[in-house]
Amino acid sequence: MAAGRDNLGGRSDAAAPAAIELRGISKAFGPVQANRNIDLCVPKGTIHGIIGENGAGKSTLMSILYGFYKPDAGEILVDGRPITIADSQTAIRAGIGMVFQHFKLVQNFTVLENIILGAEEGAMLRPSLSKARGVLKQLAAEYQLNVDPDATIESLSVGHQQRVEILKALYRQAEILILDEPTGVLTPAEADHLFRILEGLRDEGKTIILITHKLREIIEITDNVSVMRRGEMVASVRTRDTSPEELAELMVGRKVLLNVDKQPARPRAPVLEVRDLRMVDDEGVERLRGVSFDIRAGEILGLAGVSGNGQTQLLEILGGYPKKGARVGGEVRMNGRPLPLSGSKCNAGQRRRDGIGHIPEDRQVEGLIMDFAAWENVAFGWQDAPEFNKGWLMDNTAIRADAAEKMERFDVRPRDPNLAARNFSGGNQQKIVVAREIERNPDLLLIGQPTRGVDIGAIEFIHKRIVELRDAGKAILLVSVELDEILSLSDRVAVMFDGCIMGERLPDQTTTGELGLLMAGVTDADAPATAGIPPEDQHPEERA
Amino acid sequence: MDKMPKWADVILTPLISLVLAMGISALVILAIGESPWVALTTMVEGALGSSYGWGFTLYYATNFIFTGLAVAVAYHASLFNIGGEGQAAMGGLGVALVLLNIPLPHWALALPVAMVGAALFGAAWAFIPAILQAKRGSHIVITTIMFNFIAAALLNYVLVNILRPVGSMDPASARFPEQTNLPALTDLFAAIGIEWGRNTPANITFFIALAACLLVWVLIWRTRLGFEIRALGKSEPGAVYAGINPVRITVIAMLISGGLAGLMAINNVMGESERLVLNAVEGAGFIGIAVALMGRNHPFGILLAALLFGFLYQGGGELALWTSIPRELIVVIQALVILFTGALDNMVRMPLERLFLSRRRTGGA
Repeated sequence: MAAGRDNLGGRSDAAAPAAIELRGISKAFGPVQANRNIDLCVPKGTIHGIIGENGAGKSTLMSILYGFYKPDAGEILVDGRPITIADSQTAIRAGIGMVFQHFKLVQNFTVLENIILGAEEGAMLRPSLSKARGVLKQLAAEYQLNVDPDATIESLSVGHQQRVEILKALYRQAEILILDEPTGVLTPAEADHLFRILEGLRDEGKTIILITHKLREIIEITDNVSVMRRGEMVASVRTRDTSPEELAELMVGRKVLLNVDKQPARPRAPVLEVRDLRMVDDEGVERLRGVSFDIRAGEILGLAGVSGNGQTQLLEILGGYPKKGARVGGEVRMNGRPLPLSGSKCNAGQRRRDGIGHIPEDRQVEGLIMDFAAWENVAFGWQDAPEFNKGWLMDNTAIRADAAEKMERFDVRPRDPNLAARNFSGGNQQKIVVAREIERNPDLLLIGQPTRGVDIGAIEFIHKRIVELRDAGKAILLVSVELDEILSLSDRVAVMFDGCIMGERLPDQTTTGELGLLMAGVTDADAPATAGIPPEDQHPEERA
Repeated sequence: MDKMPKWADVILTPLISLVLAMGISALVILAIGESPWVALTTMVEGALGSSYGWGFTLYYATNFIFTGLAVAVAYHASLFNIGGEGQAAMGGLGVALVLLNIPLPHWALALPVAMVGAALFGAAWAFIPAILQAKRGSHIVITTIMFNFIAAALLNYVLVNILRPVGSMDPASARFPEQTNLPALTDLFAAIGIEWGRNTPANITFFIALAACLLVWVLIWRTRLGFEIRALGKSEPGAVYAGINPVRITVIAMLISGGLAGLMAINNVMGESERLVLNAVEGAGFIGIAVALMGRNHPFGILLAALLFGFLYQGGGELALWTSIPRELIVVIQALVILFTGALDNMVRMPLERLFLSRRRTGGA
């Protein structure tokens, strides 16, 4: 998988300089290295996909290209000339246009007004508006970008709003168009139309960079693809020389298998039964489309998948806090009793009383209050527990003692219960959360990304504790984007894609390759060649 | 590690801000041809130099403690209650309705009943903005400030049309019954044979304010409710994960906040004027914001900041009385203190943090 510009396919002749070339770009936010020594070469007149998981550093890289961040090191070349992009104005002058995931449009302005916003010429609006009207008509004819110039943004569908964003960039004479997760908010038909537009733009010589974590889109439309993982560019290849399977593996990474010392599971009666769980969020997007599975006492069910395919929503619902405005359907039973999925009985406190512990995906936003001391965080979520309360008051002495004990047992360093959570390293923060939830001895433990941003030593420790809890006869749902983690910890593996469970496997009877295909939305019945077909036609009867 | 030691955060920063504000005030006084030194000594003499001065300083401070605590409790839930003015005004109405309508034979009995009335009315006035914020997302800053105006208009109407005694030209209620008048601090000192602060408005409400400081501290840092309020204030997604109901906690925090603001009426309405008059709050609701900011939303800090602002109020009055510095300038001085200790807090804090960080680095290396 040699990453070089020589093997990238372009339509212009090889001598022409690349539309964009990045050399050694690095960017750190505090201790977090968001981009590390990135090289990227995008030939003129191509559609270039940049693929990677959430947090892989794609958006940071594009923000650097658009002048939002200044790189710590490295060089940017546009059309072969090195330039410094200090702000978005410089980027626009260099011919770079950006279509953000969340549109930057003024809702109660018309299309025309939005297009000239920031590009008005002179004090009076009328000349700019009539000029824009002419340009718009021309662009619409050229690229099938039809939008009523006098409609207000709020009256347009999401797909049309996106076209306005593209028109805005083209009106500013963008030669290079960056689209950040453009299909996240689109229906499949709208997405197909967008792809036709992008192909039209490419055929006119424009260069397009498409950021996404959907493999299907990459395969369907791009000429070349670059894969990012944990801030690094791990590969750049021609799309037709690769496969969804290979890309999936590149995205999630293949590390040395961590050695987890565990006996075969001895599963007993089902603890959690999920039947046909569906969820539509407040924007009307279907996040879960009929998810069904069981978890028995004494087993770990691993839920693999590229993040953003419904795992977060599943954890939130099981944890008792579906997002505001979401509609949830289906049935969830815990130890045979149905769990409320909406209404006032559906809250995280009640779930804890029902015997569900939860290590949330994002410890810094949900799992901990970063400004609270470690000892306060040990009571966080369990503030109702009788041993933490003494009549009207909280028993701070008891909580401190409990915190000191848990920090000792889970080897949290530094062992100072009075230190604020934000002053611990990521691994030690996670240990505080893990200690708090595991030591409660829940019947069911929900775990989201247990080792994200955690150092190797802490990973092993956390894995060991999870297996111990299983051996104590508890049910565990493990959601992780790390395939190795899933494979080494789980007793069964289910793969999630686009709100559905694509299939279930036994970890010792599958390969990362097979799981990678499922993660890319290729169902059991399909041959790999059909990876480009929209998944809408395929699911959901894949529980083999 | 914290950026700087606690004492620098809590004591040094506000102190430097205060000195800066005084410096600029001195320049202003110089500019109009008066002596800053005379002004300062007049203020200190007038506010702290006699038991008479202290009697007023403590009276004002009592008002500011209640409104400051009100702002602080809401702030811990990450709510900015700037409706203390209206909530305190409504608290006054609660006090007046209780004392004028329920026959109470002694002040010791009238006090708790009037406190319930004051707190209930203040809390009720905070409830509507709270529920609008929690359920509908209407921003609490906007709604509470609008409710200040509604409270003022409502009070005007009630005083002119309902509570004004027949034949009176004054938009004020009748006097409260004699036996419900609270003992002034003068009376308490007289009882132990000390002559202190004659003809001053300071009354036993000051001790209630001190107790309120203690109770708020217990509430915020020792109870489960306080834990939930602080958790919600720091992170709403976190609170939801922890099973805390944001709607419920938002409403409860605002009820407590409004109740505290309402309790101020015990001092000014029941303790001082002994009847309900128009504009009894006199801006104390807004001063409470500065007090809470300067006191870093900690009850002890609020006590100190309230004393400072009590001093500024009383000293400023003396300045107008004894020097030719115009009354308006006193407002300027007070505004400068608010500006520096509240709004420009970071101007002092950030260089200080850098200083302490660099000192630690050289010290640690």
